[in-house]
Amino acid sequence: MSAAPVMALERVTRRFGRVTAVDGVSLELAEGEFFALLGPSGCGKTTLLRILAGFEAPDEGRVMLDGKDITGLRANRRPVNLMFQSYALFPHMTVWGNVAYGLEMEGLPRAEIARRTGEILELAELSDLAGRKPDQLSGGQRQRVALARALVKRPRVLLLDEPLAALDKKLREQMQLELKRLQHEVGLTFVVVTHDQEEALVMADRLALMDAGRVVQTGGPRDLYENPASRFVAGFIGVSNFFEGTTAAGGLATEAHGLLRSAGEGAPGRPAAIMVRPERIVLAAEKPADHNGALGEIADIAYHGNDLNLHVAVAGSERAVIARVGAADETASRWRPGQRVWCCWRPEHGRLLTE
Amino acid sequence: MPDASRWLRAHLWLVYAFLYLPILVLMGLSFNRGGMPTAWTGFSTAWYGKLIASPQIVSSAVNTLIVAAVSTAIATALGTLLALGVERRRQSNALDALLFAPMIIPDIVLAISLLSFYTLLGFSLGLHSIILSHVVFNIAFVCAIVRTRLKHFDYSVVEASIDLGASEFTTFRRVTLPMIWPGVLAGAMLAFTLSVDEFIIAFFTAGPGESSTTLPMRIYAMIRFGVTPEINAMATIVMLFSFTLVLASQRIGKGVVTGS
Repeated sequence: MSAAPVMALERVTRRFGRVTAVDGVSLELAEGEFFALLGPSGCGKTTLLRILAGFEAPDEGRVMLDGKDITGLRANRRPVNLMFQSYALFPHMTVWGNVAYGLEMEGLPRAEIARRTGEILELAELSDLAGRKPDQLSGGQRQRVALARALVKRPRVLLLDEPLAALDKKLREQMQLELKRLQHEVGLTFVVVTHDQEEALVMADRLALMDAGRVVQTGGPRDLYENPASRFVAGFIGVSNFFEGTTAAGGLATEAHGLLRSAGEGAPGRPAAIMVRPERIVLAAEKPADHNGALGEIADIAYHGNDLNLHVAVAGSERAVIARVGAADETASRWRPGQRVWCCWRPEHGRLLTE
Repeated sequence: MPDASRWLRAHLWLVYAFLYLPILVLMGLSFNRGGMPTAWTGFSTAWYGKLIASPQIVSSAVNTLIVAAVSTAIATALGTLLALGVERRRQSNALDALLFAPMIIPDIVLAISLLSFYTLLGFSLGLHSIILSHVVFNIAFVCAIVRTRLKHFDYSVVEASIDLGASEFTTFRRVTLPMIWPGVLAGAMLAFTLSVDEFIIAFFTAGPGESSTTLPMRIYAMIRFGVTPEINAMATIVMLFSFTLVLASQRIGKGVVTGS
């Protein structure tokens, strides 16, 4: 991020009684980026979003917008808009009325309100539904109205609270790309709160993973997936296999598999684990010399259509090691439950995690 | 079981007859030319004419309408705000009980305590004291009805309005009030009906003389000289009026504007 951030949080803390919902979080949002706040429920991501929107005041820290301190500025004075998880459409107003409402609040001339409302309804493909009430719309249409209502204000930052949670799976996948396309088109900064790691990976340019009120790691989707900073990150984003041991020269010393080599290296003698993604694991009858390997027995084969997940019971691991094999791979049909097999991976594909 | 359902239906009609036959008889008699409750001597609207011609009855009708209109207006405003405040608080049984109490306390108890209270304060009695007393129990009814509407209220629309740049007041005027309007209207109509035919509390808290006599008090005064066809006529009018209001308030109460 070379340019000045649009919006920033500086060491923001928010407590509810004894619970610290947000604990010293600092974040910077760049102009025009699609940012995701990801985390399990109760991690503080919604509170953080509400602090950005101006519905919650932080107990400590500052909220900055375009370099100015807006910590004390209330929600109705911030050029930041929120799309609510429940959409929160006004049930007694038409689609047009809902979308025009925010512009009326700005006291704009009637002609401009009509023009901008018309434009945004066009963009959201809602022009034909302008006269309908929210209860006459489908879930997907309501979502578009909520989005149009927030976008028409041309906010500096658009906040979206679980924008796709209320949609069914098919529509959700379609809308992930749709949202990204829209964001690109309007060129606004989007901040999405989601508990769905797949959604965050697909949509976001950058994401912050939160746990217990803190940001655990910030980075691009690939960073977080390939180089998780901790077991929590590795476990939350995607599927991970862990091999437990203690750090040693050249890698990780394990009881069951001897020395597992890894690229990174920590102070020796500390408990740690090597994390390997399922698609990085190669199954073989003999372990190649330049690979790490763990010998095990195939416990289960889960067929997913486009690929197979082989669950391999390995000594020293409570949970079976999962290896992903593409269904088109000719080796896929070779494996049977009960077979003994080596789970192998290149040292650079394993990540040594001490936290 | 067609047999059982037939018996149930018969039972239903019997209950309805028990409830409404006396009222129908009364309504019929109000159109009886002769005026005697024992014999039907022909159809006439003469008693209604007599009713309108009586200045005492007209003045007490006007009093009743003033009391009902003013107490309804005050109770609706206060009761609605009370409901909004209470629903946003944490659930409290003690608070709920306090809010329901004016609906459940026997009228006679409320009447005596209000009278003692006014006397203690040295408050003069008249239409204004009746109005104030009616506000007391009407607040409870309005609040209860508006609260049932707020049970399914999605408060995120209030935040959405503020997020879109509206002030608290504009949000109330353009979002909250229109959404709970059917409940407010239903509450107001019920309050009006209750006030129109309320007797005991008005009787106790009214001032001396004609100036603060309401319609139910007038009927009570007249009935001491026997049930006359005039009273039947008046009762018919009052009843039709209340009945229409209650029916309308139920209709409106059902006309749902949900947040979902």
